[in-house]
Amino acid sequence: MGLFGLHYKLERKTMSLAIGIIIAASIGGLIEIVPLFTIHQTVEDAPDMRVYTPLEIAGRNIYIREGCYACHSQMIRTLRDEVERYGPYSLAVESKYDHPMLWGSKRTGPDIARLGGKYSDEWHVKHLINPRDVVPESVMPPYAYLTRAKARIDDLGLHLTALRKVGVPYTDEMIANASNDAYGQTSPDTPFAEGVTKRYGEATNVRAFDGQPGEPTEMDALVAYLQILGKLTDAAHKAKTAAAGE
Amino acid sequence: MIAQLTKSERQLALIILLVLTICGLAMAIAGRQDPLGVHGAIVMLAGIAGIFGVIYVYYEPEPDEARLALYYDDPTKLAIILAMIWAVIGMFIGDWVAWQLVFPNLTFDAGWSSFGRIRPAHTSAVIFGFGGNGLIGTSLYVLQRTSRARLPDQISPWFVLLGYNLFCLLAATGYLMGVTQSKEYAEPEWYADLLLEIVWVVYFVIYMRTLARRKEPHIYVANWYYMAFILVVAILHTVNNLAMPVSFGHAKSYSAFSGVQDAMTQWWYGHNAVAFFLTSGFLGMMYYYLPVRAGRPIYSYRMSIISFWGITFMYMWVGSHHLHYTALPQWVQTLGMTFSLMLLIPSWGSAGNALLTLNGAWYKVRDDATLRFMMVAAVFYGLTTFEGSFMAIRSVNSLSHYTDWTVGHVHAGALGWVAMITFGSIYASVPWLWKRERMYSPALVEWHFWLAVAGLFTYVFAMWNSGIIQGLMWRTYNSSGTLSYSFIETVIAMKPYYVARAVGGFFFFAGAVIGLYNIVMTIRTAGQPADERAADRPVAQPAGVPALQPGE
Repeated sequence: MGLFGLHYKLERKTMSLAIGIIIAASIGGLIEIVPLFTIHQTVEDAPDMRVYTPLEIAGRNIYIREGCYACHSQMIRTLRDEVERYGPYSLAVESKYDHPMLWGSKRTGPDIARLGGKYSDEWHVKHLINPRDVVPESVMPPYAYLTRAKARIDDLGLHLTALRKVGVPYTDEMIANASNDAYGQTSPDTPFAEGVTKRYGEATNVRAFDGQPGEPTEMDALVAYLQILGKLTDAAHKAKTAAAGE
Repeated sequence: MIAQLTKSERQLALIILLVLTICGLAMAIAGRQDPLGVHGAIVMLAGIAGIFGVIYVYYEPEPDEARLALYYDDPTKLAIILAMIWAVIGMFIGDWVAWQLVFPNLTFDAGWSSFGRIRPAHTSAVIFGFGGNGLIGTSLYVLQRTSRARLPDQISPWFVLLGYNLFCLLAATGYLMGVTQSKEYAEPEWYADLLLEIVWVVYFVIYMRTLARRKEPHIYVANWYYMAFILVVAILHTVNNLAMPVSFGHAKSYSAFSGVQDAMTQWWYGHNAVAFFLTSGFLGMMYYYLPVRAGRPIYSYRMSIISFWGITFMYMWVGSHHLHYTALPQWVQTLGMTFSLMLLIPSWGSAGNALLTLNGAWYKVRDDATLRFMMVAAVFYGLTTFEGSFMAIRSVNSLSHYTDWTVGHVHAGALGWVAMITFGSIYASVPWLWKRERMYSPALVEWHFWLAVAGLFTYVFAMWNSGIIQGLMWRTYNSSGTLSYSFIETVIAMKPYYVARAVGGFFFFAGAVIGLYNIVMTIRTAGQPADERAADRPVAQPAGVPALQPGE
């Protein structure tokens, strides 16, 4: 009968044509996507990988809200110039807890997968208020209003709960203390600060990111997030040393 | 338009609108501390406005039976007007974001107007607002003509068209408030996604019901493509938008997928939104309007078949070419690249089939700007698919990815192919739909055509230059073996091209404004005598068979 004969029959039957379309279109996705969930090597093991703190989640949500991903990628490719410009290439495990991932598709600005710790908090705050104050030729929009807006932290427990439902290992304790931990992370001299390092590790940044301790602003949250980029695990740096030692 | 509904349809409309209003109220209350509340208010107002609209004509006499002997084109008419309005809005925002890259303070110190928020407003307004309304409008028109059957009822097409535009409105206003999933071309949040899901099922049901009552034994090629568009977009939309809302009072949700799986799912969606929304649907448009306007049959039936199944099968494999050299396993990257190259065969099959159809009608292409829009569309479909396959090659992609080359490629497709075929089809449809002899001003159609072509070339050449220059600068080493350029130096080098791009975009936008004006003026001029369109009606029901009843 051949392809044309088969098609000649299909185009006379509405339901058969619809089913034919669904089958033909489903194969590619099934073969390419399903194994990514089942093949273990797809995502490396990184025992030191930590989850985002509630404040960093709030900052990440501001990053998403403002559409920063439209101009900044968070995915360093396995190319020499990228590794020399931005640092070790990105591993799959580094975005394991990223719901959704923010790999990006365009670099109107530079990649920021390893931005954490590269600049001071003061630099970030100045840069976000008016990028051209620190980089005169920058084309990034100003985000001065972030310093004026209080971050919404009262509902962060709900955010962590939702993230746990999609697979991020937040504990009951983390969820119960989410709002306090967000406050504590920007208030180092208060009793709330201790809980943050207890739950998220000694290396967690606890400080007034925008220079003003107390009630976190949206600027605090965003800078806290930017300062953790590339710092959730050492896996990428270890892979580099291991490769060099071979 | 509402007076065309029968009594029972008016009642059903009231029930649907009441449900919509209650949903809006519930969203407004649950989300009072969140942007969700604003969207609840918008939904509620849309519902209330609809209820008033229906009540206003509720007691008017029912439409007479004679309507069943005609095609039902009112939804198509509104869809075309909405498509043109979205085009003007979307292209205006597009040109504005383009100028923001030249003058970054064009945000006026506000959050809603910054690049990251209005860029998705631009993409959604042109893809979903302009493209989607164009597809819904033309598909309902083509479906009826090629089936020689009237739509099965009068309410479901309105449900689809108005529900879809409510989705577009929620999407665009959401971005300005910062409501976004951040997944490119799938930015709207969970509640808007649910609305689209319902609308889409009804859209498919209209298609199946109309095809079921067709008077032609074969389903015409345009409908294969429109069906693939509807079905596959439903699959893509459902899977990629799986997410966990923070609560019923929050607009925010968290994607069910993370990291590498999320990236693959997103670009499986993203590239196939290009394939099945921006290609398959518009090929459906092309397979009807181009041969009709040219007065020539499709060149090759067999090429249509090969192209159709090739596109439907192979496109779904190629999304991973957006992730070359990333943390995505290499075997998936290689599959994506391989299928991208093979995809050139069915793509050029369609482009060639369209251009060969014009053989014997090239003098019409010279004289008729409407047909010329469609010809340029077919040419750019061929060019863009070639460029796409080329850019999917891993080593080419290492240069082009993350640069403006991708932006240029997308616009070669979006302006050169999608917008051109849509403008051509709209210019062909408007006189047919409103029973006019021709467009109000053929000269303005010419103006639109040349502005669009000038804008397209300016845009695409600017982006080729900026993309390739920046890609090369990023990887240039000096003699001591270190990188030659800092990142900001590569940004400075982009400036002249960003100016050129914004100018090109303005030309294209200006063309769309002229198009909208010309269409409005065509509608406002007097019609032609009815008997000249006497042949444009469904096949009459044989005697003894009861006339079609809405809701049948």
